[in-house]
Amino acid sequence: MTFNRNIKIAAGVAFLAIVFIAVPAAISASGRFDLYYTLTSVALLSIASAGVWLTFYIGRINIGQGAYALTGGYVSAILVMNHGWSFWLTLPVAGLFCAAASVLIGLPILRLRGVYFAMVTLVLTEVARLLALALPITNGAKGIVSIPLPGALSVFGVTLIPDFATLQNSRLAFYLLAATLMVVCFAVMYRLVNSRIGKLCQSLQQNEELASSIGVNIAYLRVIAYAVSSFFGGVSGAIFAAISQSIYPSSFTVTDSVNFMLNCFLGGLGYVFGPMLGTLVLYFGWDLLFQTGQFQLLIYSGLMIVLMLVLPNGLLSLAEMTRKKD
Amino acid sequence: MAEMLEVSGLTKRFGGLVAVNNVSFSVREKEILSVIGPNGAGKSTLFKLIASFLRPTTGEVRLKGERISGLAPHIAARKGVVRTFQETTIFKNMSVRDNVVIAHHLRSKASLFGFFLGTGAAKADEAAFGASADEILALLGLASLAGETARNLPHGHLRALGIAIGLATDPSILLLDEPFAGMNHDETMRMVEMVRRLRERGLTILLVEHDMPAVMKISDRLVVLNFGQKIAEGTPSEIQANEKVIEAYLGSEDEAIGL
Repeated sequence: MTFNRNIKIAAGVAFLAIVFIAVPAAISASGRFDLYYTLTSVALLSIASAGVWLTFYIGRINIGQGAYALTGGYVSAILVMNHGWSFWLTLPVAGLFCAAASVLIGLPILRLRGVYFAMVTLVLTEVARLLALALPITNGAKGIVSIPLPGALSVFGVTLIPDFATLQNSRLAFYLLAATLMVVCFAVMYRLVNSRIGKLCQSLQQNEELASSIGVNIAYLRVIAYAVSSFFGGVSGAIFAAISQSIYPSSFTVTDSVNFMLNCFLGGLGYVFGPMLGTLVLYFGWDLLFQTGQFQLLIYSGLMIVLMLVLPNGLLSLAEMTRKKD
Repeated sequence: MAEMLEVSGLTKRFGGLVAVNNVSFSVREKEILSVIGPNGAGKSTLFKLIASFLRPTTGEVRLKGERISGLAPHIAARKGVVRTFQETTIFKNMSVRDNVVIAHHLRSKASLFGFFLGTGAAKADEAAFGASADEILALLGLASLAGETARNLPHGHLRALGIAIGLATDPSILLLDEPFAGMNHDETMRMVEMVRRLRERGLTILLVEHDMPAVMKISDRLVVLNFGQKIAEGTPSEIQANEKVIEAYLGSEDEAIGL
């Protein structure tokens, strides 16, 4: 028991060391500063994917995370541009806005199961895009551009985070921000899944009728999980808008929603850290295949199909298999 | 003996079909009462009405005098009416022990957020649930299978696990949906013993069942349904002698009602 625990703590510390020390050191040594942008994207996408994973965990196929990422991006951009809010304040607000919206949307649609829920969420992404095109506040197809970089964050006169515009290396700053949020997000997820709440979510996933008959308030739990999921989507969308300093209706599309889902599949639906690994592999895999030119999509899709056939429980199930052999 | 559950004038219509028609009866405390009837008699509908999985068209169900019909199933479960399922409904990808531990959910004192933070109340809950789950598993002869993934259990044990889950919620009345279905003679006899042991623990039991010999052996009283209506109520020997019941089971009268 304690042995196991020590291993987990060691793994956690090693992970933090890699993310916050080894990666920046390796990048500055190699001079490949563009990797910061790539890894920042991976961190943010894995936060959104973690949300999708949580809805999988209660037995719902969610292809609508793009809608919340887009909404989060717009909420943050509009508050910064039109109302002069600090980016740091818009970050939680964007998440909470998405969570609130998801409660309203989730109450009716979470009653659906399987492919029906999946279809509705797929449509949701498209609805969000069309809304962004049509609403006056979102500035239509032109989107919102020239969003200033995040300013300084001070509490009681102490500057916790410096103004990103004054930094020489804002890429590193964004990387550290995204990585920190990713770590927090997955720490929360890990705790959720390994507490009783995780077991309750599993009970929903495996049999809602039985869960309800042992007194689980399934409607409530479903909405809570969906709201947490959407919160993650909104936060990651808000940071994306800040990094690219712009947001358009096409910033997050159905393809993104599908990718969030694929990240979860690839990493493994049974493992909390599945979406993180899935995002990393998928993002770099796609980039690596860039050299194959017009065959990129063909090879990529083929590989995905093969992987799902060979490893239906995701990449992390490989670790479990080797452990069982020992 | 006091009355635990009262069913009065219960009717359920599905469009033009009257699945349950004005059925009334009551279950006494610590009684084993069985609802029997030919296929399509409305047993399952009645069962779902009592467990609040369906809302009655008219009529009501009362638990210890308090109306429970029309509540959401999880609320009815909190009040003390807990059902098991006809098919082997369990959380199939959890371990046997986890199935029973999670079923203690109703007894939690800690909130969801408390469980997230791992507060003292949450830890106390976890410990108590674990101990109680082990006791229930031992009672139902599942202790040696505690670590097994539930879907790997053989049929008879799955049914016992279903009952263990029901038991873990600490119900006032446990509704068993065809607990003997698909069992051979030995398994049935073991299950009969198990249900009797539950009653000895002070539980009131309502069961819906096809297997006549088992029902006759186990029940204090029976309610017989046919075409959605109650046609008889009484002790096993009264029911076996009842003309209407024999008529309802016409064609297979002798063996089907265990004469």
